[in-house]
Amino acid sequence: MNAPFKSTRRGFLKAGLAFGAGLTLGFRLQDADAASDAAADFAPNAFVRIAPDSRVTVIAKHVEFGQGAHTGLATLVAEELDADWAQVEVEAAPADASRYANLNWGTAQGTGGSSAMNNSWLQMREAGATARAMLVAAAAAEWRVPASEIEVARGRVRHAASGRESGFGALTARAATLPVPNEVALKKPDEFVLIGRSLPRTDVAAKTAGRAQYTQDVYLPGMRTALVLHPPRFGATPAKVDDAAARKLPGVHAVLKLDSGVAVVADGFWNARRGRDALVVTWDERGASRLDSQDQREHYLALAAQSGRVVRNEGDAPAALAKAERSLEAVYELPYLAHASMEPMNCVVQLAKDRAELWYGAQSMSGDQNNVAKLLGLEPKQVVIHQFYAGGSFGRRADPRADYVLEAVNVARALDDGQPLKLVWTREDDMRAGRYRPATTHALQATLDADGNPLAWLQRIVSQPLLPGAKASDEKIDRTVHEGASDLAYAVPNLRVEAHLTEPGVPVLWWRSVGHTHTAFAVECFVDECAHAVGVDPFEYRRRLIRNDPRRLAVLERAAREAGWGTPLPAGHGRGIAVHRSFKTWVAEVVEVSTAADGDYRVERVTVAVDCGTAINPDVIRAQMEGGVGYALAAVLDQAITLEDGVVQQGNFDDFPLLRIDQMPRVDVHIITSTEAPTGVGEPGVPPLAPALANALFAATGKRLRRLPLRPASNATV
Amino acid sequence: MATLDINGRKQELRAADDTPLLWALRDELHLTGAKYGCGKALCGACTVLIDGEPQRACVLPLSALADKSITTIEGIDTPVSRAVIDAWNALEVAQCGYCQPGQVMAATALLSRNPRPSDADIDQAMRGNLCRCATYVRIRAAIHRAAEALA
Repeated sequence: MNAPFKSTRRGFLKAGLAFGAGLTLGFRLQDADAASDAAADFAPNAFVRIAPDSRVTVIAKHVEFGQGAHTGLATLVAEELDADWAQVEVEAAPADASRYANLNWGTAQGTGGSSAMNNSWLQMREAGATARAMLVAAAAAEWRVPASEIEVARGRVRHAASGRESGFGALTARAATLPVPNEVALKKPDEFVLIGRSLPRTDVAAKTAGRAQYTQDVYLPGMRTALVLHPPRFGATPAKVDDAAARKLPGVHAVLKLDSGVAVVADGFWNARRGRDALVVTWDERGASRLDSQDQREHYLALAAQSGRVVRNEGDAPAALAKAERSLEAVYELPYLAHASMEPMNCVVQLAKDRAELWYGAQSMSGDQNNVAKLLGLEPKQVVIHQFYAGGSFGRRADPRADYVLEAVNVARALDDGQPLKLVWTREDDMRAGRYRPATTHALQATLDADGNPLAWLQRIVSQPLLPGAKASDEKIDRTVHEGASDLAYAVPNLRVEAHLTEPGVPVLWWRSVGHTHTAFAVECFVDECAHAVGVDPFEYRRRLIRNDPRRLAVLERAAREAGWGTPLPAGHGRGIAVHRSFKTWVAEVVEVSTAADGDYRVERVTVAVDCGTAINPDVIRAQMEGGVGYALAAVLDQAITLEDGVVQQGNFDDFPLLRIDQMPRVDVHIITSTEAPTGVGEPGVPPLAPALANALFAATGKRLRRLPLRPASNATV
Repeated sequence: MATLDINGRKQELRAADDTPLLWALRDELHLTGAKYGCGKALCGACTVLIDGEPQRACVLPLSALADKSITTIEGIDTPVSRAVIDAWNALEVAQCGYCQPGQVMAATALLSRNPRPSDADIDQAMRGNLCRCATYVRIRAAIHRAAEALA
């Protein structure tokens, strides 16, 4: 779009509304003005609105940050409404947990844990079915025919006997006057016409053409840009600020001392950036973390060698291990990781006396709303959030402390001019702000029975706690530390899982697939080691240990079959396999790797089998598996956040490399046919990749790499 | 003050001469298709065409752009760019979508000088355009599809 949004803020929002979904922005910006525009619409519930021109607007309660949630939610409504996909548009829901809560979370509105389709499956379909029933009732009254004789298909309402037919729009006025039915019948799976088809995504065209609007693209009249100079160490605060040089620079409007750093407010990014570069700040580092990654590694290895707090205990694993004839042990190490979404964190805010307004891609709607309200002494409903696309998140935008959102509010509050303000984090700000996937160390021991099956299994996990408010000293151990390990799928009579929790002062957060990012690596590598220890094929070994776990077994067998497991490979190639359940979804992956004499390697092909229940949109599922593989592979190849004397050593893509196109393998995705309720797809593709790759490298080279990233050099010292 | 040729129009910019093109496009002209991702020419999210060549707008000062023809995603409209965009949409390449305007610009530049690129050509031309969602399987397929459509 060449014409910038200038005029007024109302004009700006109107522009978003006027051009609508799929045409300009990809979805409509929610705004109070929508209510007046929509007065003539038929809106039987909070999720669907039908206009007199037959346009169907689905109100999406989940943020769209790449996983196809908008498309999926709209599909569920359209299916039961029997709408034509071409007439369906998406509008982002406002922050209002009373209507838009994530049903898997109770009363909070937000997106995460790969739950968008799972929690909305019945709710969105009921919303669509209700609207359909009322349109049918309106047609029956209009045409004086029995409702039971009316059919709806592809956006047309028909009565065959009388030959009457109508679009939705002509029925909305009457439908709006009818009572909302208490109960509606939902379709049976064999009646689905949209669910199960790869319908085109509602967001793609706008994104391809550069028209989709992200937080970064918000320009409001009078808006200034803020950059914040953050301390070099976690827990430090600004002590002395010399801003004389910064204030003299053109375009610099204000310099403000905050708890989180020193903000420069300017006309546009570049003036703010130059102003920030000119600051001279002395930091109060009395409370700062001085963590050093090498020390942390030694500390974690020492802890992993000692008994920890028991998370799960079946039988008597220590006793079985003590008298074992055949046992093995291994230690796996994983570093801190940054989420590194392509759009660094940012937020636009405008404050008034009794109101805060925010424009950004909000993942944790209720959490952010409550945090802002608390900070400003407002009621949550006085905090208005305008939802935008987010340029990736992978968990980062769901910080329970709302770090960057509150920083934006703090700058605006200190500025106290009532004008809109855009907080922009540079890539370096984003990468050095913490909220990392925790570094973890896993020590595993097993003893095997006469048939080679595990008789005892002991896993010790060293990690930071992750859940909001969780502390190392908590009696109940944060489940994100051990999920994927304490629910071990393999049949072991003596199972013990222990945890050591640490508090090194580096903020951590959920990272695409949360605890499963590390537990699956340790578990799926170690079970592979058990198989090799007794000379059994790793696929066959898993198979016999999960024979009573049909959905897990099915993905394992499907991935193996599709990958040609057991067929000959060229010299230097190897295959590895892993299977893991996370976010209610089972995924098995077979990795084929080629290796060079110098230890370098390349992933040639990844075969994925996924059981996520009903496949609402198979192409979106394939895309999420492809993306999950690529996201996980980047971490295996190159990524680690390390600290020296408390200072994060990485800052941009030169030292925290993302995957590149020439590193991307062929990915074949196979979806298990199912009529179960749909489950997550955003995260579950991630966990099996790293262990399957480590297992493939062992198959190719006979060398076991147990420390991520899987670089032969850094693994030599383990 | 600089006067630049952007999408076929002379544009007078107030920004200082050392301002990177990206921030003049975004903050002054509100041309938001080119995205900020790294600020150091490491990710390609800000890719624009300068005299038809893909360049990173985040490191190009305005002072270096006099007499150059600048094309952004908002202004590109050639048979090649249309084929690229059609292929991108047909294969549903985008996930979060933030890097995709840059990917489209880089792919358009590639196909404009090499109508039938091999996988190796694609790797070479596109390896500087990062995608955190790892949509690379589809980017590769979309470039081949666009090439076929143009053949």
